[in-house]
Amino acid sequence: MPESFSRAVPRIEPMAAESPLAGFRTLLYKEVLRFWKVSFQTVGAPVLNALLFLLIFSHVLDRHVTVYGEVAYTSFLVPGLVMMSVLQNAFANSSSSLIQSKITGNIIFVLLPPLSYREFYAAYVIASTLRGLMVGAGVLAVSAAFVEVPMAHPLWVLGFAVLGGAILGSLGVIAGIWADKFDQLAAFQNFLIMPLTMLSGVFYSIHSLPQFWQDVSHFNPFFFMIDGFRYGFFGQSDTSPWLSLGVVGLCFVLIAALTLAMLARGYKLRS
Amino acid sequence: MSTPAIRIQGVSKHYGSLKALGGVDLEVGQGEFFGLLGPNGAGKTTLISALSGLVRPDGGTLAIMGHDVVADYRNARRNLGVVPQELVFDPFFSVRELLRIQSGYFGIRSNDDWIDEILASLDLAHKANANMRMLSGGMKRRVLVAQALVHRPPVIVLDEPTAGVDVELRQGLWQFIRKLNRDGHTIVLTTHYLEEAEALCGRIAMLKAGRIVALDTTANLLRRFATHSLAVRLEHPGRGVELGGSAGEGGWVDFAFDSYTEVEALLARLREAGAGLVEMRLGEPDLERVFVEVMNRA
Repeated sequence: MPESFSRAVPRIEPMAAESPLAGFRTLLYKEVLRFWKVSFQTVGAPVLNALLFLLIFSHVLDRHVTVYGEVAYTSFLVPGLVMMSVLQNAFANSSSSLIQSKITGNIIFVLLPPLSYREFYAAYVIASTLRGLMVGAGVLAVSAAFVEVPMAHPLWVLGFAVLGGAILGSLGVIAGIWADKFDQLAAFQNFLIMPLTMLSGVFYSIHSLPQFWQDVSHFNPFFFMIDGFRYGFFGQSDTSPWLSLGVVGLCFVLIAALTLAMLARGYKLRS
Repeated sequence: MSTPAIRIQGVSKHYGSLKALGGVDLEVGQGEFFGLLGPNGAGKTTLISALSGLVRPDGGTLAIMGHDVVADYRNARRNLGVVPQELVFDPFFSVRELLRIQSGYFGIRSNDDWIDEILASLDLAHKANANMRMLSGGMKRRVLVAQALVHRPPVIVLDEPTAGVDVELRQGLWQFIRKLNRDGHTIVLTTHYLEEAEALCGRIAMLKAGRIVALDTTANLLRRFATHSLAVRLEHPGRGVELGGSAGEGGWVDFAFDSYTEVEALLARLREAGAGLVEMRLGEPDLERVFVEVMNRA
């Protein structure tokens, strides 16, 4: 090395990390803070939307429909709306955060630090699940003030809510990374997530459908999320909760593996 | 010999059929103020992105302070701070929140003393609690510098940090970066302002089409490539052009030469040709001439 550019300098050491998981915890904190700062939009508005569904459907159908023999339609509807809110908001959180960061360019601040792709994944998915759970809890709390909602097996309720939120949070990561513009993200949301959610038994028991559509519903993983979740409330469901847990668990493993593979490859993030 | 701050060996990168980097080899020593110059599309930003892990090269290796950017990416990134070219920011947060978060990404969650020091040095202390959206372009640029420094990296890369920045801010920024360099930080700078590179950088690499076409100390480059110039305003500019000058506006004619010893002979020939000397200016070699010369030869 020529002498002209080699000079004696004090050696500078970068600051040491306080703990191995401090970076991950910060990204998780930032993702939670991001939606919490606009909680009217990210939590309050979805709760209000779900309550409007409840108000309209219960007004129209409560006296005409009962489910599982003796469950009032409005009571039946509440867990479906809660789970729908969990799923849609978990998806919205990771997908909107990522696409906004990509389009504005500030994703670079997450890509430059020494965070692993697993930490990246976990932070975005946990934050999304938390938002889903907060909205779901809000819908449940407000609904419970007007409608009698039993909870036969709280652990099943929590288990399906967490798994459902994590699956949709992962799908949000995939969509947020894949989409190059808001239009593509909206297509993912409106042509895939929304129909799968709406046709999963949120508003009805699939036993009320013709046999063909009952069979079709069994190919929709969202059906198992909502049916298992509902089992936690009523102790009854359209299909075995263990089958639902198996399907939902398998879905989570597959989608998590796909998302992690995308992140490990740096798909559309590290060219 | 100490570990190089940056070691790049045989790095190549293609985007489809486009060759962005074609086997780049480069070492930057610790404590250097190094310039990376080149026209648009030369591969400067791709090279910086490969260093910072934003781009994955097709071949070759890159290391920061001896840490491979792929195999040992955590330590490599801890040792590197990057000020990006684009003016990007997260609109959800205040300046202080942003710096605390950025520091936390590097695993440092109790870092307010250093953050305060950076804010004061960059004249941002009074804006610490302002939302990023409320800041002027120059202030946002300074926040980008602050973000790159929150983990006190030994190597700092500035990708065109003064693009679109007013003179006062530019001066202040360079003063600060010079101080960092004096303190021992290695600085790598890309810029289109060649006079800045000439004034600041001890050594310079010039890239063209993904290859390094010149690499030397700034002083050597000026000596090797730059020619002196003599600009003369003549009553008869055409006669000056006949003697090998290149015509400018308003009767000015430029002559390039290697040594001042040639000036006397040139003036004699102009007199003999009856060109009618009205005014003259001697030009020192500068990096802009070097740059043009190198790019033309490459």
